[in-house]
Amino acid sequence: MDKWEDNKAWFLVLPVFVIVAFSAIIPLMTVVNYSLQDIWGPGQRVFVGAEWFKETLSDHRLHDALWRQFLFSGMVLLIEIPLGIMIALAMPKRGWGVSASLVTLALPLLIPWNVIGTIWIIFTRPDIGLFGAAINGLNITFDHTSSPLDAWITLMFMEVWHWTPLVALLAYSGLRAIPEAYFQAAKIDGASAWATFRYIQLPKMRGVLTIAILLRFMDSFLIYAEPFVLTGGGPGNSTTFLSIYLVKIAVGQFDLGPAAAFSLIYFVIILLFSWLFYQALQNVGKGEKNG
Amino acid sequence: MANIELNEIAHSYLSKPEDEADYALKRIHTVWEDGGAYALLGPSGCGKTTLLNVISGLLTPSQGRVLYNGKDVTALSPEKRNIAQVFQFPVLYDTMTVSDNLAFPLRNRGVPKNDITRRVDEVAEILDLTSFLKKKAAGLTADAKQKVSLGRGLVRSDVAAILFDEPLTVIDPHLKWRLRRSLKQIHEQLKLTLIYVTHDQMEALTFAEKVVVMYDGDIVQIGTPQELFEYPEHRFVGYFIGSPGMNFLECAVDGDMARVDAMGIKADGIKLDSPTAALARQATGKLELGIRPMYLQLSAEPVKHGVEAQIKLVEDQGSCKIVSLSLAGKTVRARLPEGKPVPGGKVWLVFPQQKIRLFDDGRLINKTY
Repeated sequence: MDKWEDNKAWFLVLPVFVIVAFSAIIPLMTVVNYSLQDIWGPGQRVFVGAEWFKETLSDHRLHDALWRQFLFSGMVLLIEIPLGIMIALAMPKRGWGVSASLVTLALPLLIPWNVIGTIWIIFTRPDIGLFGAAINGLNITFDHTSSPLDAWITLMFMEVWHWTPLVALLAYSGLRAIPEAYFQAAKIDGASAWATFRYIQLPKMRGVLTIAILLRFMDSFLIYAEPFVLTGGGPGNSTTFLSIYLVKIAVGQFDLGPAAAFSLIYFVIILLFSWLFYQALQNVGKGEKNG
Repeated sequence: MANIELNEIAHSYLSKPEDEADYALKRIHTVWEDGGAYALLGPSGCGKTTLLNVISGLLTPSQGRVLYNGKDVTALSPEKRNIAQVFQFPVLYDTMTVSDNLAFPLRNRGVPKNDITRRVDEVAEILDLTSFLKKKAAGLTADAKQKVSLGRGLVRSDVAAILFDEPLTVIDPHLKWRLRRSLKQIHEQLKLTLIYVTHDQMEALTFAEKVVVMYDGDIVQIGTPQELFEYPEHRFVGYFIGSPGMNFLECAVDGDMARVDAMGIKADGIKLDSPTAALARQATGKLELGIRPMYLQLSAEPVKHGVEAQIKLVEDQGSCKIVSLSLAGKTVRARLPEGKPVPGGKVWLVFPQQKIRLFDDGRLINKTY
């Protein structure tokens, strides 16, 4: 029975538990509360079970937003990861060019998100925007406020411009960490540039690319400020992503029950996909752990 | 297979070297014979790795030419020179299996599939890697990994030379011995030119037929391990080879006697044989007497040609004792076999005449071999 006395050590975990409870668990439980009850005032509530979830899951506009969201995140990953790697490969390895390219790359990351949206509204305006006016001047009709395709193109450009530098910086740090001997060995083995990339650089970047993919997936799946400022979810519903739709339900229509249920589903989706990506990338590199 | 000639090689990492000190390699002019096992020995920063990279073609020297079998290859890449290099730590293609790793240099050169399989099996056999062929290279132990990197050099049957850049640094001591032995066997079996860079004299002396000692960007001596030990051509070789290194005493020659006390204090001289003394009298620079610690003899009683010295410290190393003595204000080390009693306090040191080496400004003057 002596051993039981030592369990007092558990109290040492208490401060952390309290902090986590206040910062994460209790707020999340509030959302759970709202998702299971119909609350219309202090003390006025009815338990509704899974009704909000059912309602949410059968909401067609939500389905549309979800597919849109997957399309968006998928395109983000497909464009930003390869592009980021290419930029990292092209960056100088020594000299003044290193700091110059690092600073240039980091600039978009330093701009507040809603400012980014504003910048791109002005940049792409067909009447006065540098890009918008220029492209319309070439007799190509381009207007992100009226054409869904143009809205998507603008959004993708903005997103790629904003976040590819992050991928590039991560990839660059991964590349710089590869010892010179690997490249010398590849030279001696007569490896082509592609083989060097495929068998040395890419495997050695696995760690940083895992982080890049996770960050870019989560961030793009949660995207709100930039499209909200740029298109407000339009034209029509063509750029209404999950978080924009969620805010519409919760703040616009004040349907807190369905909004809470939707939030929880949203959370689970992100958790699930992050886990899937992580597992997949870990499996790719299996057996390299003690390398 | 090739004999490698280095013709007046000098290299500086600076784009505009101004004086001697800017050069990592000062003036290297030497020939490495086909099929030889050479060790390139020297302290860190002496230019060993630079020289190796010049030979392999990873580095183009600022001056001079590199010739393989008389053909100028100075401007050619390592791939074109057909050289193999093993690095300080194992360089592997982590995502590939061992057999893919071994096949990689051949695939890049477009060798037919059947030949690749045959060569990979042969090399795996030589290196004792056959049971690992299907495994991922990343999961291997450090010595097996280093063998795979070596194997990538061996698969190319026409490889001109294999260069090793301190390949055993990251290997456990007990595996080091095993790997060094397999290197030796491979050399005997395949008769390849091997050049092995190391700062570990044990490694150099056991591995190589010829040891090339480098110091401050220059080759100071090329010789067999025995030559380096008995007749170091430069005081640096004497100091660097052997543990502890050679004793050096600044001296002046008076007749057949070398006097160690530069201050003019009365002390007995060290008796030299007459040809050596004659050479010493012609010396123009700073004259130093050198002797290996193992050749010094200690006596508790005054003996003929003995020089008085004071024992300061005795270190027991298990197989021998290292005795530090004070001789005319200078420290001298003697290595005595274990089990022999060491007298305390005042002793008489005997310098066997045939083991005394004299250095004029750091250069050996009594070469007698």
